[in-house]
Amino acid sequence: MTVTAVANPRTLSARASVATWVVRFVNQLSRLLGRGSGTVAGGRAGLAVDPTLLAALVGGRAVALVTGTNGKTTATRLMVAALSGAEGPAVATNDTGSNMPAGHVAALVESPRATAAVLEVDESYLGRLIEESRPRVVILLNLSRDQLDRIAEVRMLVDRWRSALGRLAGDAGPGEHATVVVANADDPMVVWAAVAAPQVLWVGAGQVWHDDAVGCPACGGRIEFGPGGEWACDRCEFARPERDAWLEGAELVMADRSRHVLSLGLPGQFNRANAAMVALAATVMPGAGPPGGSAAPLPLSAVLARLPLVEEVAGRFSSTSWKGQPVRLLLAKNPAGWTAIFDLLDEGAPSGAPVVLSVNARIADGLDPSWLWDVPFERLAGRPVVATGDRRLDLAVRLRYAEVSHTVVAGPLAALDRAVAMRTSITAGTAAAPDLGAAAPDPIEFLGNYTAFAELGRQL
Amino acid sequence: MTTAARSSPLTIAVVYPDLLGTYGDGGNGLVLARRASWRGIDTDLIQASSGRPLPTADLYCIGGGEDGPQVRAAAALREDGTLVGAADRGAVVFGVCAGFQLLGGSFPDSEDRSHQGLGLLDVRTRKGTGTRAVGELVATVASDGPRSPDGGSLPRLTGFENHGGVTSVGAGARVLSHVVEGVGNGAGDGGEGAWSGRVVGTYLHGPVLARNTALADLLLGWALSGPGGRESLEPLDDTEELALRAERLAVVHESGRRDVVRRLLRRRG
Ligand SMILES: [Zn+2]
Repeated sequence: MTVTAVANPRTLSARASVATWVVRFVNQLSRLLGRGSGTVAGGRAGLAVDPTLLAALVGGRAVALVTGTNGKTTATRLMVAALSGAEGPAVATNDTGSNMPAGHVAALVESPRATAAVLEVDESYLGRLIEESRPRVVILLNLSRDQLDRIAEVRMLVDRWRSALGRLAGDAGPGEHATVVVANADDPMVVWAAVAAPQVLWVGAGQVWHDDAVGCPACGGRIEFGPGGEWACDRCEFARPERDAWLEGAELVMADRSRHVLSLGLPGQFNRANAAMVALAATVMPGAGPPGGSAAPLPLSAVLARLPLVEEVAGRFSSTSWKGQPVRLLLAKNPAGWTAIFDLLDEGAPSGAPVVLSVNARIADGLDPSWLWDVPFERLAGRPVVATGDRRLDLAVRLRYAEVSHTVVAGPLAALDRAVAMRTSITAGTAAAPDLGAAAPDPIEFLGNYTAFAELGRQL
Repeated sequence: MTTAARSSPLTIAVVYPDLLGTYGDGGNGLVLARRASWRGIDTDLIQASSGRPLPTADLYCIGGGEDGPQVRAAAALREDGTLVGAADRGAVVFGVCAGFQLLGGSFPDSEDRSHQGLGLLDVRTRKGTGTRAVGELVATVASDGPRSPDGGSLPRLTGFENHGGVTSVGAGARVLSHVVEGVGNGAGDGGEGAWSGRVVGTYLHGPVLARNTALADLLLGWALSGPGGRESLEPLDDTEELALRAERLAVVHESGRRDVVRRLLRRRG
């Protein structure tokens, strides 16, 4: 057996070796200086020394790329869990949220011995990552509007994905491997990009947000959605492809009609969607073995058994408590994400626990919070709501027109205080109920967008 | 105050939200509908999707969207004919960004090919040569701009602009407002938006009617009164909208002051 791996820094070019050393040095320095985890600074410095560093660091490792508007951090985390374990490869991953090349470089430098890498990729960098990392698998979760003031519009982005995927070689030559795209068949935008790829596994993972996919990308016709998630253009042949697997509630159904229960440590249908796509993708990755090798992939059952190990993702979906009251922390960044979170709130028994909404409009969030008007806040009617965050006044006006009664409080901790006070008064009002206190109370829900969520995490 | 009883509900249509709903401008329709119903006016809010005949309405809101859908929307509206016919009969038409551009004579697509608009406003849009105009905008309503029912001028407009087009206003329309901070139409005269009769266009998102309730009530008043008339509406408790306005105006004022300091420093350096 010939080991063709070049993941070991000793086999890097002189320039790449220097660049790798620079990545380590800068990251250690910035950690010493207390400037966060420092992955971006080191990665940037390394890429400045050697612009081809990413490809060099990938070497013979088996790479999985994860992208999409929503769920990519969670899906990346699930993919790492799915692959890890005795039979799986050692995995490098960018779990700090730095999903551009500087973050990928830093992740690969951190784990020189890992024979596989699972990389979360910002939507606009997919083409570059495909070219430089020659992935085994690319997971395309979904595509919808996000950060209107700075990110390419949805259709521009999907055309770029399409041309990047169209450049993938159909048949793997000797010593090469093919790239398998795992794509959400229920999202017409994703399908429009993925049909250009030579090998696709289509997963009917569901889609909560249709508003960015009504116009047919093929002909300009109108895409009509059916009740079961099926869709087709009213003018041309563009329609949902034949699926290799799909979700039915909490079950993953394969094309041969075998059924697998998805039991997860994460809540919500959108996480089942993430898990379904990850499960199929993980069965394409090589198992434990030397880099560049062809160790047999893990069987689906082994992959599914590992998914419940993920119970939170960088604090998202995690439970904490504030002033003795349980609080669940949820992140949503754009209309599709908020809609999915509202679905989650509606999944269990009806809860009257307060909801804290925190919205910022900093650079990482997008500077224009007009998207608040695309979010169906009307669904919160009847629940006590506290609005906070930098843009709490925009939120307050939105809630007023949604006819959702609300309180505005500056600062996330003060907002939680208010929620605790509201809940205590609710509980006091119903104290006559006989078996109150027997079950754990429903948690206060904290929903924040990107920097608002991070800010609460720091303050807690 | 003359909130005359109407025989039929006030109808507000959001035009093609599936094509022109990218920037949250659907909120304008919601703001108008709520402000009418909070005053006891029977109101229908219609989300008028593309691909079917546009319904007849008293007030049409057209939002911003991407280049391709904008071209499709303009072509569909021209073919449908309802919007132009309704405007001729005195319906109120309010367009934002792409929705403003397509009310004019012509507008460009992403490849800079020119497309014919609806011709409801004498404006023409071409592709800008500089960077896209993105950011908070403040503008004072023009002295010959639309006036509130009591004859007073409207308060300053605040919103968020995000466009690459440059719009010039011809003799058949008037500039809506003059830019204090931001870019606006970008045609060199400092103008933002345009209006003529009961047709109003602006580049402002936010949505703009949530941040500028006086403009919302002006449009509502037009729609509630017959052609040529104006209707004044009983005031609402706009505490939250006014707080948002004040905050946004203050933010722009602050950043404007920082820019002045920066320019002065640069000149010295
Ligand atoms: Zn089609």
